[in-house]
Amino acid sequence: MSTKAHTPKQEAASSTKMLRAMLGIGILSAFLIVSAFELTRPRVERLQAEALEKAVFNVLPGTESIRAFGLNAQGELVDKATGENTEYTCYAGYDQNENLVGYAVEAAGQGYADIIRILYGYDPKEQVVIGFQVLESKETPGLGDKIEKDQRFLDNFKALDVGLTPGGELKNKVITVKQGEKQNPWEIDGITGATISSRAIGNIIGASTSAVVPMLHGQSPPKVETEPKKNQ
Amino acid sequence: MSKDTTASGPAATTTDEFIKGLWRENPVFVQVLGMCPVLAVSNTAENALAMGLATAFVLLMSNILVSLLRDFIPKQVRIASYILIIATFVTVTDYAIQAISVELYKSLGAFISLIVVNCLILSRAEAFASKNTVGKSILDALGMGIGFTFALFCLGAVREILGNGTLFDWALFPEGFQNWIVMILPAGGFFTLAAWLLIINVIQTRKIKS
Amino acid sequence: MNTESLGTIFLNAALVNNFVLAYFLGICPFLGVSGAVKTASKMGVAVMFVMVISSMCAFGIHAFLAAINAPYLQLISYIVVIASTVQLVEMFIKKMSPSLFRSLGIFLPLITTNCAILGVALFQTNKGYGFLESIVYALGAGAGFTLALLLIAGLREQLNFADVPQISKGTALTLFIAGILSLCFMGFAGLGAQ
Repeated sequence: MSTKAHTPKQEAASSTKMLRAMLGIGILSAFLIVSAFELTRPRVERLQAEALEKAVFNVLPGTESIRAFGLNAQGELVDKATGENTEYTCYAGYDQNENLVGYAVEAAGQGYADIIRILYGYDPKEQVVIGFQVLESKETPGLGDKIEKDQRFLDNFKALDVGLTPGGELKNKVITVKQGEKQNPWEIDGITGATISSRAIGNIIGASTSAVVPMLHGQSPPKVETEPKKNQ
Repeated sequence: MSKDTTASGPAATTTDEFIKGLWRENPVFVQVLGMCPVLAVSNTAENALAMGLATAFVLLMSNILVSLLRDFIPKQVRIASYILIIATFVTVTDYAIQAISVELYKSLGAFISLIVVNCLILSRAEAFASKNTVGKSILDALGMGIGFTFALFCLGAVREILGNGTLFDWALFPEGFQNWIVMILPAGGFFTLAAWLLIINVIQTRKIKS
Repeated sequence: MNTESLGTIFLNAALVNNFVLAYFLGICPFLGVSGAVKTASKMGVAVMFVMVISSMCAFGIHAFLAAINAPYLQLISYIVVIASTVQLVEMFIKKMSPSLFRSLGIFLPLITTNCAILGVALFQTNKGYGFLESIVYALGAGAGFTLALLLIAGLREQLNFADVPQISKGTALTLFIAGILSLCFMGFAGLGAQ
């Protein structure tokens, strides 16, 4: 690199140059980023909606349409569209006759490696969990990730008892037990070799159902958005 | 940082600018640059390939822009400018991947954003693109990018084959094969890279001897 | 929805998901500086300091960007903040301890491209940590980074006296050691879980 003697005029010129360069690049960057963001946004939103739909259909078998809700601090179902701040997110699934199949509830908690995010389906009529899917997990491949792949483990969630007492609380908290020792319908048969991961799932579902099920059970099923031609 | 790799020799041909990145000055195996953000997500061939191509894309675009603006950027703010340019293209790539596949984005996650601190891209901008024409910078980026992706693929493929018994999710071994789970774990990443470097070392030493 | 205690966050970042040995972040300075324990410890402290400051700034930036609905500026703002913090730390060290400044040499400005620091900012944003949780996370990450750096430096110092095959000397050997250390650290998994 050459060494020039800097005269004051050159100093001033170089300051302007620096400013000009940074500003120019800044504007160019902003333009590129915002363009990319706007161009990809529709498709990204569509892909995310599709993935969510697939998951809800998976945990609420028989669902044909979905509505998104939140549960606010008073325990009331609030339509997501109102933009109100809610603590829990759930999706009401309706079958082809527009009857409520159940609610799909999101939950998360610490696993072995990192946070695990799940979706489970709750049937308020039968008071059972009817479906389960891992949304996001970084559990160890080949070991912890059995919570996603092991069919025997997944079968736990076809009819997991989350019945309520007359007082409106969960009769028995959902919990994971050692593999092969499941005796009650509210227990989850664990996976040997993936103890921590399977126990984590039990804790996540246990905590979530204790809080959410009493709130959901009492709700009158919200209707599907009806078309104008239907009579009230 | 690494050795200075400006245009090699007085009579460097145009094709040489492209070829050097593939093997002789391969970013991963020779320069040992820019692996940080990518090792963590090189546990399958598909992830490794995706990360490699994403990095190559950012490298290409930033080389082009840096070379175009090389007379416009004063010396004192050059590093800041390069980082700004690189960060821009990384953000663009991030959105592009989200739009391509939700699954892929979930596997790669925050590591896409980490491409911005990939020492390789900054080093090429500083050592080459700021001092050469756009045409040559493109070739340099392509060579380095392909060399980088190739090296990453070697890593990812070995880890997936040994650790999962598959390549691109195609089962390669019969049922009885015991996966070397360690290969998918971070430790396996270290071991695989070390093994490749060892092999390269052996090859280089043999070349010198003969 | 976050049920992690502060202690869990710290242990997780420092040991279970050690930034160097589990996420491969911060390897460039790792391979360069880890030759001697003294340099390694100073580098580690500098990194930890930059991490905490950047973490606080990242939290503020994220909240601001969310408020003005410009999430796409996240990466650029983070990297600018990190670069500035490193610049400030550099000036600070130069004034306070010129000998330290000289011994760290080129590696100080290189902290800017240290993947680990940007990693802390990005991960904490993804996990949705609050302000206090973010700081604890950054402390844990920095502590873990320093720990890994010290361990490898110590091992490499010892290996200088060992009879190692010529062909593997240098980077390959360091990576092998890092791999073994990574396996050892896996033993920490589950620490801090209920």
